[in-house]
Amino acid sequence: MNGSSFGDDHQEIREAVRRLCADFPGDYWQALDRDRAYPTAFVDALTHSGYLAALIPEEYGGSGLPLSAAAAILEEVQFAGCNGSACHAQMYVMGTLLRHGSEAQKQRWLPEIASGRLRLQAFGVTEPGSGTDTTSIRTTAKRDGERYIVNGQKIWTSRAEHSDLMLLLARTTPKEEAAKRTDGLSVFLLDMREAREAGLTIRPIRTMMNHATTEVFFDNVEVPAENRIGEEGKGFRYILSGMNAERILIAAECIGDARWFLDKASDYARERSVFGKPIGQNQGIQFPIAKAFANTRAADLMVLEALRLYEAGADCGAEANMAKMLAADASNEAANVCIQTHGGFGFAEEFDVERKFRETRLYQVAPISTNLILSYLAEHVLGLPRSY
Amino acid sequence: MKVLVAIKRVIDAYVKVRVKSDGSGVETQNVKMSMNPFCEIAVEEAVRMKEAGIASEVVVVSCGQQNSQETIRTALAMGADRGILVQSDAELQPLAIAKLLKGVVEKEQPELVLMGKQAVDNDFNQTGQMLSALLDWSQATFASKIEKSDGKLTVTREIDGGLETIEVALPAVVTADLRLNEPRYASLPNIMKAKKKPIDTMSAEDLGVDPSPRLSVVKVSEPPARQGGAKVGSVAELVEKLKNEAKVI
Repeated sequence: MNGSSFGDDHQEIREAVRRLCADFPGDYWQALDRDRAYPTAFVDALTHSGYLAALIPEEYGGSGLPLSAAAAILEEVQFAGCNGSACHAQMYVMGTLLRHGSEAQKQRWLPEIASGRLRLQAFGVTEPGSGTDTTSIRTTAKRDGERYIVNGQKIWTSRAEHSDLMLLLARTTPKEEAAKRTDGLSVFLLDMREAREAGLTIRPIRTMMNHATTEVFFDNVEVPAENRIGEEGKGFRYILSGMNAERILIAAECIGDARWFLDKASDYARERSVFGKPIGQNQGIQFPIAKAFANTRAADLMVLEALRLYEAGADCGAEANMAKMLAADASNEAANVCIQTHGGFGFAEEFDVERKFRETRLYQVAPISTNLILSYLAEHVLGLPRSY
Repeated sequence: MKVLVAIKRVIDAYVKVRVKSDGSGVETQNVKMSMNPFCEIAVEEAVRMKEAGIASEVVVVSCGQQNSQETIRTALAMGADRGILVQSDAELQPLAIAKLLKGVVEKEQPELVLMGKQAVDNDFNQTGQMLSALLDWSQATFASKIEKSDGKLTVTREIDGGLETIEVALPAVVTADLRLNEPRYASLPNIMKAKKKPIDTMSAEDLGVDPSPRLSVVKVSEPPARQGGAKVGSVAELVEKLKNEAKVI
């Protein structure tokens, strides 16, 4: 995409990510997709090259880079046709530990996470009975001396089978006894390697794309009290503080996806000749691609604005949410245009379009659904009455 | 042993090269540039020598425009210790580069100069040989394996029809072939470290070299487009066509 200003920042990092991703071409992902298998070799390559530790401060073994560097890494991964969702959480789930953990907890875990010896890429929040209504979760952690006993169930816990640790949100004070509905929840770092021997069950859920998501059951699972992050009952706030970073990074991934679709669609439209001319010469083909390009570029500018505010330490809740919504919309539009441009070939596995189409669709729903973003903007930015 | 690695910035090997409309050369404006793949192999070999304790310092040098610094940074991210840019906006041909490199060798006093066997832009395959002649050093070209024992190198060379193993006395110029190694990716921490590594800049005048071209390019043109094939009905017809049309038998 010559002449556009996508990806002007962190050039040398982008370049290096592209080189790494070149070793994982379409057929690598197609084979995994067929078997719904985890991209271990790809994740190992990203881990060993230090990309997943980009945000961890240098004193704990990471590179201590700003969020924009992590966004550039994930955008390039998606732009290269790879799928970062297998490991993007290793970059940002640790944020809760970094911001709210004790020094001892950080010393104990962050260097291990930075090196990749420990994976912290499972985030246990959502439950079957409470999706976005996080304060209604029913999984409980009951204090018993120097430990907590956890009972309950989580769902859509991505990568649980490929993670050593889980950041777990559980109720420590019953909702009716808590002063506010956002009180009484606590955050724990659960060592799943031990827990799987003692009451933790992980069940994979097959989905329409290769995304290692699971449901997780807790049957009297013990967590040492020293694994609780921050104060008891304040967990909801600790989780929320990491949401903006997550939104922005997912938005960057969507921009990468959209760029991949736009390149793929343009290339095909230039080369494919029907009725004696390239199909891209028809306005019916080129206008939708051009429109998707404009929307992608606009969404990219919102991602940059959200990053700018985030890195300046300013409130970026609205921008982070808008960036995620607009970028997910742009990638979804580009995916649709790309499949339409390809005609029948858009559905053929070897073109990768249908795979990326399925993969990028997720971000209309995860990690937060578009409707909830609109509710947030309506209520908190526009001052409209709360709708739910 | 101090190792000097010479690297070149070229049009990325995966970019489709376009000839300028006036036939004076190829388009390099707004084209992705990268380190010449053979140079990358030379850098990798030097870094491995350092990791194995054979090399004490790896210095990377590139001759060319200011933006060759980016290519030097890439080599530094792979593990080289420091860089030298011999800055010149002139068109640099193999003999000029060999003379510039000779100047750098005299300043730096390495025991080994490693470089790619050729650059994928002009495919000259001359600079290493010229440098060795100018320095009056041993040369080993097209290396697919390099081993060091006291004062000399044992180098396996890729030649037509097989491999040749030779011994060369140090100091030496060795040029890397494709199978010498597989270059690593730069890791994120090393990309960040590379930003702090020093790059010295010098000019052709500093080295007392006149880099002006000795060869002039008459014309650059695209290779002819591939013609479609033809089906033949019998072996006899095939032989007849090979003999009289293609004139290959």
